Amino acid sequence: MTAKAPTTVPLTARRAMPLGGFNLTFLSIEIRRLLRNRRTVVVTLIVPVVLFLLFNTNKRLEALSGIGLTAATTMIGIAVYGAMLAATSGGAMVSIERAQGWSRQLRLTPLRPAAYIAIKLVVAMLLGLTSVTVVFACGAIDGVQMAPAVWVLTGALAWVASLVFASFGLFMGYLLPSENVMQVIGPVLAVFSLLGGLFVPVSLLPSAMQDIAPYMPTYGVVAIARFPLVGGDFDPTWLLSAVVWTAAFAAAAMVLFRRDTRRS
Amino acid sequence: MTGDHGSPAAIELHDVHRSFGQVHAVDGIDLRLALGEIAALLGPNGAGKTTTLDMILGLGRPDEGTVQVLGMSPAAAVSRGLVAAVLQTGGLLKDLTVRETVRMTASLYAAPRPVEEVLERAGIASIADRLVGKCSGGEQQRLRFALALLPDPALMALDEPTAGMDVEGRRDFWSAIRRDAEQGRTVLFATHYLEEADAYADRIILLRQGRIVADGTAAEVRNLSSGRSVRASLPDADQATLSALPGVRSVEIRGDRVLVQTMDSDAVARYLLTATPARDVEIVAHNLEDAFLALTSDEAAGASADRAPSAPERSAA
Repeated sequence: MTAKAPTTVPLTARRAMPLGGFNLTFLSIEIRRLLRNRRTVVVTLIVPVVLFLLFNTNKRLEALSGIGLTAATTMIGIAVYGAMLAATSGGAMVSIERAQGWSRQLRLTPLRPAAYIAIKLVVAMLLGLTSVTVVFACGAIDGVQMAPAVWVLTGALAWVASLVFASFGLFMGYLLPSENVMQVIGPVLAVFSLLGGLFVPVSLLPSAMQDIAPYMPTYGVVAIARFPLVGGDFDPTWLLSAVVWTAAFAAAAMVLFRRDTRRS
Repeated sequence: MTGDHGSPAAIELHDVHRSFGQVHAVDGIDLRLALGEIAALLGPNGAGKTTTLDMILGLGRPDEGTVQVLGMSPAAAVSRGLVAAVLQTGGLLKDLTVRETVRMTASLYAAPRPVEEVLERAGIASIADRLVGKCSGGEQQRLRFALALLPDPALMALDEPTAGMDVEGRRDFWSAIRRDAEQGRTVLFATHYLEEADAYADRIILLRQGRIVADGTAAEVRNLSSGRSVRASLPDADQATLSALPGVRSVEIRGDRVLVQTMDSDAVARYLLTATPARDVEIVAHNLEDAFLALTSDEAAGASADRAPSAPERSAA
């Protein structure tokens, strides 16, 4: 293929990209771009760490372990919170890219819309993983004690939780065509966290809140993440909650995404 | 090279319609562009230029009719990197550098041109490490052009590519396009700048209210708007006699001034100078601007011959 005479390139010899254009170069520049964004770094790494220091889990909470608050369960709750924040903001990046017209620019390339969504999901999940890792590292330094297998399992489950919120972020990203989408979502996430039992066990909430709690998207995922540590009976409604919310957010995102790509 | 047997047209539109609500943005366009042509879609705002380009790029579908690009659907041509475009609306990420933007886009093509080569050809190699948010409008536009060069496309579409650029930016941009087109690329650009169409296109396709009203070389389009006008001072001019001269399309009399639109200016001048006491005879050839205004103005719908060449007052558009 020569550069000199583009029209002599046999048209049929051109190939489309495999995987719809999904590739590691694109992914790595996306991540570099995220790290350049101060707000993303603050939301993903600093907020969870500050929260952890506020709760100062090991020293202050050990005394409260009788009512179900231990350093370890609180650490897991904050890890889920960090994963939620990170994954949501990762997914919500599509809103900024739509506002800047980048999505339209990408439609002039072979990148398939599904591959674009996949890249956003991977980036959101990587952000979530970073957040979980940072919170767990803080916990380890602070002296949280768990069996090695429990560290790994709870961490992995807290991370998988971010899938719910990556879908939520995508949904919001297609719903709100705004550069400040996270300012809208922030308060919503705070409500999810409080009512879902991320910081305070649901059993300690006022009874009206306890009635709402099981319907929060956070309720199932945080209970699942704590299960390897807490043990006891596995409540199938936790899994139902996680699956239904992920499916609901993903479906809503897909509907809006179709509308977005059809319009022009 | 461009006339290979069996090689498809660069663009083939058949009876294409597209409406937005009550507005017929494109109202029955047939167009064939051969490989290697450099053509301008010229027309005032709202003539249907952007809608037409969007359909060629697969960003919009026609309500009726067919669109083929290089013998395949627009989407297929885009996914193979055969078509690339510089759009008014295509956005860039402000928090990437110029080079990162090019590298990122290059990663989406199976066999892209090298990043450094593309930066060089678009004239932005010297600002490759600058953040896109810190680039001028003209630099961002050349970055979009660089992105469009990556797949080495057979067809390059540009929508008002120099809108908002200063004179120097515009010249730099077009010289980059021109250099590139010399290597045989098919180029279709939309513009409402007459001088751009005239200077850079081999072929001008004039759009008006969603239809093609003229299609040809700049000279041909110019001729379409009724030859020349002849003016003279002539008291008591005889309108009937003037109108009966060969080639005359319209006669306008304002006081002592006579204005004749004609395909045969020699015949009118000869008559005025030999058979009447006419003075101050002037013959003016229409320029492309007159053609543009004559063919795209609203009155042009019915009686284009009746238009007086009062172009300068109306050229603000």
